[in-house]
Amino acid sequence: MMAKKPDLRRFPGFLPLTVLCVFLLYAPLIIVAVYSFNDSPSITLWGGVSLRWYEDVFWGPESDKFKQAAINSFVIAVAAASTATVIATMAATAMLRAGSFRGKGASFALINLPLMVPEIVTAVATLIFFSAIGFTTGILTILIAHIVFCIPFAYLPIAARMEGIEDVYEQAAQDLYATRWEAFRLILLPLMTPGILSGFLLAFIISLDDFIITNFVKGAGVETLPTAIFGAVKQGIKPNIMAISTLLLAVSILFVTLSYFSGRMGQNRK
Amino acid sequence: MAESQGAIAVGIDDVTKLYGNFTALSDVSLAIHDNEFFTLLGPSGCGKTTLLRCIAGFEDISKGAIRLYGDNIADLPPNHRPVNTVFQQYALFPHMDVTRNVMFGLLRLGRSETEARARAGEVLELVRLSEFADRMPAHLSGGQQQRVALARALVPNPKVLLLDEPLSALDLKLRQAVRLELQQLQHETGITFIFVTHDQEEALTMSDRIAVISDGVVQQVGSARDIYEEPDNRFVADFIGETNLIEVSVAEVAGDNAVCTLPGGTRFACPAARGAHSGQGHLSVRPERVSLVDPSEALLTGTVTRLIYLGTDMHVDLALADGEPVTARVQNSSQTTIPAMGETVGLNFEEGAARLLVD
Repeated sequence: MMAKKPDLRRFPGFLPLTVLCVFLLYAPLIIVAVYSFNDSPSITLWGGVSLRWYEDVFWGPESDKFKQAAINSFVIAVAAASTATVIATMAATAMLRAGSFRGKGASFALINLPLMVPEIVTAVATLIFFSAIGFTTGILTILIAHIVFCIPFAYLPIAARMEGIEDVYEQAAQDLYATRWEAFRLILLPLMTPGILSGFLLAFIISLDDFIITNFVKGAGVETLPTAIFGAVKQGIKPNIMAISTLLLAVSILFVTLSYFSGRMGQNRK
Repeated sequence: MAESQGAIAVGIDDVTKLYGNFTALSDVSLAIHDNEFFTLLGPSGCGKTTLLRCIAGFEDISKGAIRLYGDNIADLPPNHRPVNTVFQQYALFPHMDVTRNVMFGLLRLGRSETEARARAGEVLELVRLSEFADRMPAHLSGGQQQRVALARALVPNPKVLLLDEPLSALDLKLRQAVRLELQQLQHETGITFIFVTHDQEEALTMSDRIAVISDGVVQQVGSARDIYEEPDNRFVADFIGETNLIEVSVAEVAGDNAVCTLPGGTRFACPAARGAHSGQGHLSVRPERVSLVDPSEALLTGTVTRLIYLGTDMHVDLALADGEPVTARVQNSSQTTIPAMGETVGLNFEEGAARLLVD
């Protein structure tokens, strides 16, 4: 007879622990999302449903500041994610399709190391680096820093996808008179598309909500959404912050969902 | 160009392939003729697929030369070799429909879209897949995918077609039908086929000639009849079909003939494989060439240990006096008397049915 599958729910304390975790993870988010629709200027007292704080975000006295920050954030996120995706695709191709070469293990570690390094260390080091080479901090320094830390995030789904594609397809292409470049462009790249898209979206969302590194290298007067929100919170939490946060949360959820589905896309095709 | 009948299409000259310390191919030399259906046959891991991949250009060779109609192609990348491959798992491009898969090679050779499409249509007709031209590979059965792979490899009109166990993923019925189709296709197109398989029945039924490979070494090259009737060594005799290997002491080998002493002391003269020598050796006798006779007029005597009824045949397993097993395959006709279990019977075979092997 087959052993009975262990039922997770039978572990002692499973239910309270689960409830506690879910509560700690999501209750604050839910409260922020709910209170962003609060009619009252208080952040704790409920005054009925209204969209006034969303109005305030888009048309209120601080709207210009937030708009500029949002534009900066999106421009940086698109540029950083695109560049990081290209670099990550090239890195994955080298790691997975170039056979074995000297320093392969070291290369793999170098690509993924940024995930392990405490962000604050990277932030300080990046700032010191920029000032050492005499780079004026501004939108360009944010962009460069974002490209760098986005690479491992873009690399992971791209490499995972490429590992799943047998190299026999490229061999078949070369057997049918395709050059190595044509085999890459016409066969590997189209098969990789879901992974590349997934990598891009992940890098985009990581760039969009980065605070620590951005705050160090942004320079005076340049704000992204996270730094602008932080700046506003320092002067006291107003409900409009909740509205912005909720909007940012919605964008994040949208992109993570897209990334998940694009990663799954095409897996059914094989 | 000398591409007449009998010209050498693919010349494998002393090819050695090493993976680190492992020798995948050891001094392999083969001459594959133009318009020939040539099979590389051997157990898995014997190096047959490695050899095919060396010809296609997916593996570098460590030593030797690979000639295509005289030109050494060993240093050319796969896309500069006028040979095409049918892969074991077909490797159809999953993001392209059948027509685009088949057109791929022609487009890479610089043919126009219109011409490539027309040619693809013709070849799809040849493999009877016209109605599936717009399908994606995932929506085809295994047999259909196999034919698309074949069409895709044939459409650029290669000088040599390489087939890497293309039938192994098909079920038995389909495999038998496809064998005949492949053979017919080879005749119609006149393209040299190099076919890799571990299935001896496949090899025997389809090939003009077969190279039996084991441990990276070519054991024997010949027609199906040659390698079955006149195996050179123990490996070939044992691998192709069933055989009895009877240990003998060899008194003398003179040219193609040998005189040896059978277990039990009878002296026996029989043909010898090239390279056989005096001393201890093995005779190969196919079970269907062994006849059961009265012990008084027999070359060998044995005790029946097992009887297997096979419909048209009867398998009789026997043990010789020294315990060595021998199998006889007796036709199930009214004339033959089937011995009983434990009975001692005589075994006979003609001179020509036995062959002294190289160990």
